[in-house]
Amino acid sequence: MADEAMTILPVREKRERPRWETRVEKAIEVVIRLCGISAVLFVFGIFFFVLREGAGFLLAGKLSISQFLGSIEWYPTSQSHVRYGALALIAGTASVTLLAMVIAVPFGLGAAIYLSEFCGRRTREVLKIVIELLAAIPSVVWGFIGLTLLNSLIIRFFDAPIGLNVLNGGLILALMSVPIIVSIGEDALKAVPDTYREAALALGATRWQMVYRVLLPAAKQGLLAAVLLGIGRAVGETMAVLMATGHSVRLPVSPLDSVRTLTATIAAELGEAPVGSDHYQVLFIIGILLFSITFAVNLTADLIVRGIRGRAS
Amino acid sequence: MVNLAQSWAEEYGTVEPETSIEVSGGGSGTGIAALINGTADIANSSRRLEPREIATAERVLGRAPVLHVVGYDALAIFVHPSNPLREMTLDQLGQIYSEKGPVTHWGDLWVSVPGCSSDRMILVSRQSNSGTYHYFRDAILGRGRDFKLGTIDLHGSKDVVELVGRTPCAIGYSGMGYATSHVRMLAVARRSGETAYPPTVDHTQQGLYPISRPLYMYTVGDGKPHLKRFFDWIYSEKGQHLVLANGYVPIPESEMQTASVGAVAPAQQPE
Repeated sequence: MADEAMTILPVREKRERPRWETRVEKAIEVVIRLCGISAVLFVFGIFFFVLREGAGFLLAGKLSISQFLGSIEWYPTSQSHVRYGALALIAGTASVTLLAMVIAVPFGLGAAIYLSEFCGRRTREVLKIVIELLAAIPSVVWGFIGLTLLNSLIIRFFDAPIGLNVLNGGLILALMSVPIIVSIGEDALKAVPDTYREAALALGATRWQMVYRVLLPAAKQGLLAAVLLGIGRAVGETMAVLMATGHSVRLPVSPLDSVRTLTATIAAELGEAPVGSDHYQVLFIIGILLFSITFAVNLTADLIVRGIRGRAS
Repeated sequence: MVNLAQSWAEEYGTVEPETSIEVSGGGSGTGIAALINGTADIANSSRRLEPREIATAERVLGRAPVLHVVGYDALAIFVHPSNPLREMTLDQLGQIYSEKGPVTHWGDLWVSVPGCSSDRMILVSRQSNSGTYHYFRDAILGRGRDFKLGTIDLHGSKDVVELVGRTPCAIGYSGMGYATSHVRMLAVARRSGETAYPPTVDHTQQGLYPISRPLYMYTVGDGKPHLKRFFDWIYSEKGQHLVLANGYVPIPESEMQTASVGAVAPAQQPE
């Protein structure tokens, strides 16, 4: 036995790594690096594309900015008098998002607090799975629920002339953004060190006092980031709002009015707008507008999250 | 029109199995764009090509698309079954749907609709990629006029009927073939004082029902023999029977000859 070992060891020492192995390793390194950079490339690529398609029209001065932002008259295919007033579309997106957040923020944060502080371990596991399932429902299914079920319910219970409206879209969007708010909010609460909780309880605080006097202020930034990501989800959602809001160009004065959102307009009209036409370019300008809104929201969320991490370390 | 094309494609598969026909939907504008881009052999459309589309086709394909009339579509005006209204005139429709039209409430037409306490008329329309939208705008509102802001713009013909069936305040337009028991179709008169005719096959073929339009199929040239055979079959009794079965109106026999001839005549070119 010892003899054998003696004869094998020198052979192993001599053995070098084959050249192909190092090459493969290098190649894999490159691939992985590309994967890492690709996200950045895609974002810039998309931004450049959207900008190129729309900005020419904007720069050529063919689009009156005051009409675009100040008029509700959206008649892109009119035979006699084409008008590109996007005010109603902007108001549509804003109203639906606002209502969705009014509903989703209390529910989402409440659920996050319950999950992280009050419920037992088994309940938490079950709830988390269900909430993840909620996030996995395709948006067209949500839209279908809005179009059929919620429409009839809203007509019956609110005596509304039509059930496809801000309320309908807002409810659907709220259900869609709650899972995001819950999971990020819960993470933020979990990130608060247990010593905070122990100190609060040791000083005689009730659990509820601990939550709203200690935990909420400590996790404030993470919760805000959760809300902002929820807003980003709501602003960008297309298919569900296209089906649930009625797709109707008007300035909403009540939650029972139908509206049309920026995203739904692009989805419904881009297919028939000939490439390069005025209509096509205006739709891309709407794309630029949406891109800027979501970019601003995500950037804010990111800066806030970064603030938390910086403080934690 | 996608359902009709679908059943033609299925049925034709049993007649000539070696020719396979794939159908995809998405509004008249979509089909015409596909024809121009060369991704489709036939574009089904419920409207005529617009001059700029003909120009684009000539530029890209080198020749104008060929027009075929394969049937008729009667657009019905739908209301909720609880609505007491039974008939209206084309003029009233224009006042309801056009941009500065004065009719906005059911009370303006002297009807009160049970279940519609707000009395506000909910105008159900189509998205602007639909041929029905363009036909209704040009034929009912008049060329150059636009829809009222605030119409509910839906994606499909069936969606319009379903929404009207669930919404007491609503009025909508869609192909008469989409009618269900949850909605009522109004009889329509050309002008006040004339007889209002309900949308039926006979009334459409006799030209009495005022809101009907031809269904078109566009091809690039007509040289391909398998396309020619397909069109011959569409104009046969079997093909026209499917038109009827899908809720559209077949070509009257008196017009059959001209329709077939029309199949090889080039599209009209506006100067």
